[in-house]
Amino acid sequence: MALPGADARHHTLVVLVENKAGVLARVSSLFARRGFNIFSLAVAPTEDDRFSRITIVVDVQSAPLEQITKQLFKLVNVVKISELDPRDSVERELMLATVRASAQNRTSVIELVNLFDGRVVDVGHDELTVSLDGDPERLDDLEGLLRPYGIVELQRTGRVALPKLERTAPALRAVRRGA
Amino acid sequence: MKMNGGQALMKALEMEGVDVMFGLPGGAILPVYDPIIDSPIRHILVRHEQGAGHMAEGYAHATGRPGVCMVTSGPGATNVVTPLCDAFMDSVPVVCITGQVPFGSIGTDAFQECDTIGITRSVTKHNELITQAQDIPLMVRQAFHLASTGRPGPVLLDIPKDIVDPQNPRSQMEWYWPSDRDVAVSLPGYRPTTKGHSKMIRQAAELILQAHRPVIYAGGGILKARAAEALRELAELTDVHVVTTLMARGAFPDDHPLCLGMPGMHGTYTAVTAMQRSDLLIALGSRFDDRVTGKLDGFARGAKIIHVDIDPAELGKVRRPDVPIVGDCRLVIEELVQAVRELLAGGAAFHDRSAWRSTIAGWKEKHPLAYTQSEPGEALKPQYVIERIRAANTDDTIVASGVGQHQMWTSQHWTFNEPYTWINSGGLGTMGFAVPAAIGAKAGRPDRTVWAIDGDGCFQMTAQELVTATAERIPIKVAILNNAYLGMVRQWQEMFYDERYSEVYLSPDLPDYKLWAEAMGCVGMRVESPDEVDAAIQKANEIDDRPVVIDFRTDSNEKVYPMVPAGKSNDEIIVDPSQGEGGH
Repeated sequence: MALPGADARHHTLVVLVENKAGVLARVSSLFARRGFNIFSLAVAPTEDDRFSRITIVVDVQSAPLEQITKQLFKLVNVVKISELDPRDSVERELMLATVRASAQNRTSVIELVNLFDGRVVDVGHDELTVSLDGDPERLDDLEGLLRPYGIVELQRTGRVALPKLERTAPALRAVRRGA
Repeated sequence: MKMNGGQALMKALEMEGVDVMFGLPGGAILPVYDPIIDSPIRHILVRHEQGAGHMAEGYAHATGRPGVCMVTSGPGATNVVTPLCDAFMDSVPVVCITGQVPFGSIGTDAFQECDTIGITRSVTKHNELITQAQDIPLMVRQAFHLASTGRPGPVLLDIPKDIVDPQNPRSQMEWYWPSDRDVAVSLPGYRPTTKGHSKMIRQAAELILQAHRPVIYAGGGILKARAAEALRELAELTDVHVVTTLMARGAFPDDHPLCLGMPGMHGTYTAVTAMQRSDLLIALGSRFDDRVTGKLDGFARGAKIIHVDIDPAELGKVRRPDVPIVGDCRLVIEELVQAVRELLAGGAAFHDRSAWRSTIAGWKEKHPLAYTQSEPGEALKPQYVIERIRAANTDDTIVASGVGQHQMWTSQHWTFNEPYTWINSGGLGTMGFAVPAAIGAKAGRPDRTVWAIDGDGCFQMTAQELVTATAERIPIKVAILNNAYLGMVRQWQEMFYDERYSEVYLSPDLPDYKLWAEAMGCVGMRVESPDEVDAAIQKANEIDDRPVVIDFRTDSNEKVYPMVPAGKSNDEIIVDPSQGEGGH
């Protein structure tokens, strides 16, 4: 199975936008108009209530990433765009899945979920709803392992991401730059 | 000072220096039309909202200032979508104000409600629904700022009726006028780069010095940046030939020895071929449009590219530049001139380009623009009519065109020696553009003679605006090159569809253009033979109190040459049959 998180075609853009009505529509209609594909999208307010952050995972094969970011940046309400390399960023996503779990295999489903540090959030007669948050690749792994049991419904939030914190202290970095 | 939203809107337009606006009232915008009575701004009442939009474009092309149009909600708004898209494609600064149903009724499918913001999102540089009267002055200032800076374009403001209606308490506001700083702070995501990167500019200067076969590829951005003088300085300093695209005709004088004319699908043989053979293309405010490049992988294969544009997204969109420079064309060209001067002062010299110059001179001589003049008794040649109109007018005469054969012939055969004298619909290719655009240009530049050179198909799309022109005493002159066909489509059907003419015949005398013109209050004339051409043009030029329409009966068989067939490489250019096969 192709793991979306591990696919080199996908890039994560973190787009800081003005927190105004219609901004998400501007972003999504730009993608539609220019023939760019969105793989996943998450929008949330930021620490500053004038801005929202849109985390977009884009399918780079539909258009060069450079053209996507340049066109996005032309939107008047887009304030800043950062491209996050998965190696230099912390990515998180939440998954909810309802899985068939009869009396015979309920225990093995629960074990699997526990193995991933996930949680069972709802229990039915022959179904379980489980949740897992974390790195998107881990979500892919659990999803793949749950699939043989029968996934009734599955919902993922789309990833959110922030850059990794600098390991080097600012003072040392200044020295390095001066050198 | 207390006022209502409608008054604030008009006052804000006055503060922005608007002298003329084009529009048509209706229910939702009605309250704004009341303060117009007391405003010094001249409002021109159009007969169709599309006319208002194109007039605003014509005004902007001719004056360099944003054109303003105002229409009502629903059908008024949908009727300006075409001009907005046209202005977006050609980077024309336009501010469009649309009425909207009262704020509380939005989303209820109220009478004459439409989702104007949604519909116009992809055809405007920016659009905004104003939700409260207090925001009006700031939003108007933002709109003019966005329309006229960076890469210019249309901006739309959608105004709910309740915030401008004095009967409604929601329309009450306290007047203020935002400062430049207020505007900048209110647009945190908008900071166009105007100054070019100095290292890149120096690299560009070095490439120009090293080049054997350089060509300047000047686009509409030259005119938007008011960089015609800077361009001339650069071309003369470096002795590099210039092609001016359809959007840049007039940006460099056609009678200049370094001018090669228009490139592209119907460009001159020399312009097209010089670009194909060049080793350095200096693209200034141009965007490698498909009508210029032809088949992309066959376009100027041996050329390095210097690409200067205010819009970073144009750099590398179509062709990857060797030296990309984001910035305002005028500022960048001025710095480039400086950089070349410094290199020359430092002892550098241009590469010897005498062979290239003589090659170009040879092409010019072998393949000038050509047509075969008609025999007495035959229909007029459209190129001849254009040449005679040009000969009877001064360099500063403004000419507007529609879209099709007549547009290409005008671009080719009108000698453009001054910037801002050519107004046409390039990117969108909007038929019917000429008449309203000419009216808008004349409203903005009443001191100039303004001709519209139109096709018979185009004329029928927007001719009703001549009623506006008569009523408002805007004396434009319209030359209809009447070949009784949708001529460009006919040409393609003749050349590429085995002469199977499908739905292109229009008839030369239905409608009767002379009578139609007269019914609209214009002077109407008809010209059928070459010996009547000059007299009719002279008569038209002498009339200054009403519009004039001349129905020139032209040859239906005439085709636009040269031509690069769609999808073919520019090497496969077809020249006028009188010049035989286009030699390479």
